[in-house]
Amino acid sequence: MDDLDQLEAQSIFILREAYRKLKPLAMLWSLGKDSNVMLWLARKAFLGRVPFPVMHVDTGKKFPEMYKFRDEYTKKWNLELLLGDCPPVEEIDPTLPPAARSAARKTAGLAAMIDKYKLAGVIAGIRRDEQATRAKERVFSPRGSGHKWDVRNQPPEFWDQYATPHEAGVHVRVHPLLSWREIDIWRYIEREGIPLVDLYFSKEGKRYRSLGDQDITSPIESNASTVAEVIAELETSRTSERAGRAMDHESEDAFERLRVAGYL
Amino acid sequence: MNTIPTPAPQDAATPIVIVGHVDHGKSTLIGRLLYDTDSLPEGRVAQIIESSKKRGLTVEWSFLLDSLQIERDQGVTVDSTRIPFKLGKRQFVIVDAPGHRQFLRNMITGAADAEAAVLVVDANEGAQEQTRRHAMLLRLIGIRHVIVFMNKVDIFNYDQKKIEAAERDITALLHQLEIEPTVFVPASAREGDNMASRSDKMPWYKGPTLTEALAAVPAPSSRADLPLRLPVQDVYRFDTKRIVVGRIERGRIRVGDEVVIGVHGAKARIASIESWHTAPQVAAVAGQSVAVTLEPDVIPDRGDFLFPADHAPLRAARIRTRLFWLRQEPLRVGESFRLRLATAEHQVTVAAIDSVVRLEDLTEHPAEEVPPEGFAEITLAVSETMLFDPFVPGTADGRGVLVDRNQQIVGGAPLIGVAESVAGRNAIHPTGSAVSLWDRAQAKGHRGGVFWMTGLPGAGKSTLAREAENRLFARGIDVSVLDGDTLRAGLCADLGFSEADRRENVRRAAAVARILAESGQVVIVALISPTVADRALAQQIVGEGFHEIFIDTPQATCEQRDPKGLYAAARAGKIEGFTGVDAPYEAPEKPDLRVGTTDASRDETAARLAVYITDAIRLDATAQRQTS
Ligand SMILES: Nc1nc2c(ncn2[C@@H]2O[C@H](COP(=O)(O)OP(=O)(O)OP(=O)(O)O)[C@@H](O)[C@H]2O)c(=O)[nH]1
Ligand SMILES: [Mg+2]
Repeated sequence: MDDLDQLEAQSIFILREAYRKLKPLAMLWSLGKDSNVMLWLARKAFLGRVPFPVMHVDTGKKFPEMYKFRDEYTKKWNLELLLGDCPPVEEIDPTLPPAARSAARKTAGLAAMIDKYKLAGVIAGIRRDEQATRAKERVFSPRGSGHKWDVRNQPPEFWDQYATPHEAGVHVRVHPLLSWREIDIWRYIEREGIPLVDLYFSKEGKRYRSLGDQDITSPIESNASTVAEVIAELETSRTSERAGRAMDHESEDAFERLRVAGYL
Repeated sequence: MNTIPTPAPQDAATPIVIVGHVDHGKSTLIGRLLYDTDSLPEGRVAQIIESSKKRGLTVEWSFLLDSLQIERDQGVTVDSTRIPFKLGKRQFVIVDAPGHRQFLRNMITGAADAEAAVLVVDANEGAQEQTRRHAMLLRLIGIRHVIVFMNKVDIFNYDQKKIEAAERDITALLHQLEIEPTVFVPASAREGDNMASRSDKMPWYKGPTLTEALAAVPAPSSRADLPLRLPVQDVYRFDTKRIVVGRIERGRIRVGDEVVIGVHGAKARIASIESWHTAPQVAAVAGQSVAVTLEPDVIPDRGDFLFPADHAPLRAARIRTRLFWLRQEPLRVGESFRLRLATAEHQVTVAAIDSVVRLEDLTEHPAEEVPPEGFAEITLAVSETMLFDPFVPGTADGRGVLVDRNQQIVGGAPLIGVAESVAGRNAIHPTGSAVSLWDRAQAKGHRGGVFWMTGLPGAGKSTLAREAENRLFARGIDVSVLDGDTLRAGLCADLGFSEADRRENVRRAAAVARILAESGQVVIVALISPTVADRALAQQIVGEGFHEIFIDTPQATCEQRDPKGLYAAARAGKIEGFTGVDAPYEAPEKPDLRVGTTDASRDETAARLAVYITDAIRLDATAQRQTS
């Protein structure tokens, strides 16, 4: 088994644990590369099916290409799609810096969907190498009252045994991609032939490395127009993946505050 | 541009955990290592310098890991972090573990799957409490490859004598834990000595630098050649197929292989390996998450192991474990948990605390309880026979984990072997409802037990049993009587007085008594049970908690009392096979209690009986027996 086989096997194990232990369960589908890989892994785990709904928390500010991709693959992959929207920015904590405040709309939209569908588990495609506070996450991360991440008091997790509380008002964020790095995602996309929105590929010397809302995400300079070229670019790149995400850079603690409040 | 070759397959990353006492420099080591090996993304160093300045510090390398506000403000790591790291072609995952005592659970979360550990010791301070605790944990979680990093030697000016003295102390400590450190690296994380490059301040040191020591860590050994263990994770029904899924923990499967399923031992063959978007598979190895169909189409449960017939796991209902307890409260005998082992979950009760580790000197001692976050050897009584393999480092074998009712992990329990039965007797194995057994015992204030009264017809068994029942009940003891005549009127109405039927009568009484006793009741059985063999059978069925009480009334007295007129009837030949008349009564040689009824009043005798029973069912009587 090479490194991708091992990552794949571990993610499948996690997805099957979540499916067995957490009901009702849903998977977040942000339409980006990571969540497409995650969806692909679910189909591997359940032999071509996705036995739970996928959720798109729609900020209404995604790129048009993304909406088109969503509708096309919902049909193609026979997905049960749950859609939720986000409150206007005026309703969000005004003490947050502007981009973080905009991103926090998604937290509110997500919280509303979790409550609406009374979800016990939400599968999300975050990775440790994306951001330093995500590096502290658990694979199964229980969220108590108000969906808060109690970062000072996370449960122990070892030997593939996960916390699976059955308490009213508690849901578990499940992170099957936590150990994957950005380059692993791309190598797996290449190996498996996973479809992506073409915003990830270079047009006129620019491409998106990470896809968020249109107004707070910016493209990078790049000539990589195929998956193989993206991989080659990443092997020498020294900038971080989320460099194009404005909210990560507004203040030292912005991202932590977002995550504690329930952001991904 | 299609000339870029697809990257070659890579080996999986080797996880390395950095452990040690608080402030001994773990996060600094990692931060500096990332910096010295040029592993940081652009702009990251500038960010760190800015965050350090903001807090009045020069460059705090630990901020690369300590990303949380509380960590930076307090200068302490709270939770572990995993960072990918590359040395040449080899991939590692470096795990930063917190050293503060309060975050032990986070340290274990980071350390449990590591292939090797770097134990960071401040050479000035030497081994401290968490150094010992972490070293102990490395042993318990099975990490055998330990690199000792003697940090902060800059403080005493790289003095060789002092460094060597510190090294001797740590060696002694690790030897006590049967850990053989692979290498000692005298270093300064902050100054970068012997990290990625050789320090010129310690020319006498000829050993490897930290990066050289890391590069020498062996790759994880393959589990593919061990006998198969495939714990069932789930069973799906897709279309018309029943599909069994799980991860192969060791060994391999091939289509056509015969496997044994779980503790029940049904056999089946692997009929197919199912997959999606891969080439058709006929074999799979350790580490893979697989989906198989079985022939015949048996339905395993989650938790069942699939294993080869000639390499079965152990089976037992009492298991010895090493425990690392993660709660802030002590652990006592009688507490119940769920034991998770791979995908299985079993109800267990702490049957005994065999020894507890004293942290000051890492020696083992008998104790009544396991202290908060302590280490111990304990015996677990499982509610049913379970399968397990003893813990072996480098495999998933025996990785028991205790969880509470809320499915929160409360401790790690590497399973070390089958526990002996208590005092050579057939111990009571809590069946089914281990929780209620102990919970009820504690709630009631007494434990269950069986008091088996034997004696001639008319000896006074029933009368004394009822008298004792009254007295015990008045003291709040949950007591009941199984009387021979009552049983024969109901449960045993189908039985006559042949030898086989008498024996069956005893067997049923004993079986019922056992069930009641296990539910926490005190059971007084009043049954002639005339032969030694009868009572041996009863004792065997009941197991621990069986007391033989001989109601020793001479036959003449019995016959004279003859409350039911049975002796008269037997003498008149109206009843055949009457004990004491034309069937033998074998008096017990060494009963647990002998009660005469001729020279004391009925009240006095009943009182004596009640005292004996109350003593035997005391909760602390239980504890003594359990730990002996
Ligand atoms: N003089 C000297 N100081 C050091 C060295 N390494 C680390 N320190 C200092 O020791 C202090 C603690 O370092 P950390 O890296 O935060 O310690 P830690 O082991 O990660 O601590 P916890 O994670 O909280 O257990 C910091 O102030 C470091 O600057 C060293 O080699 N020499
Ligand atoms: Mg630290």
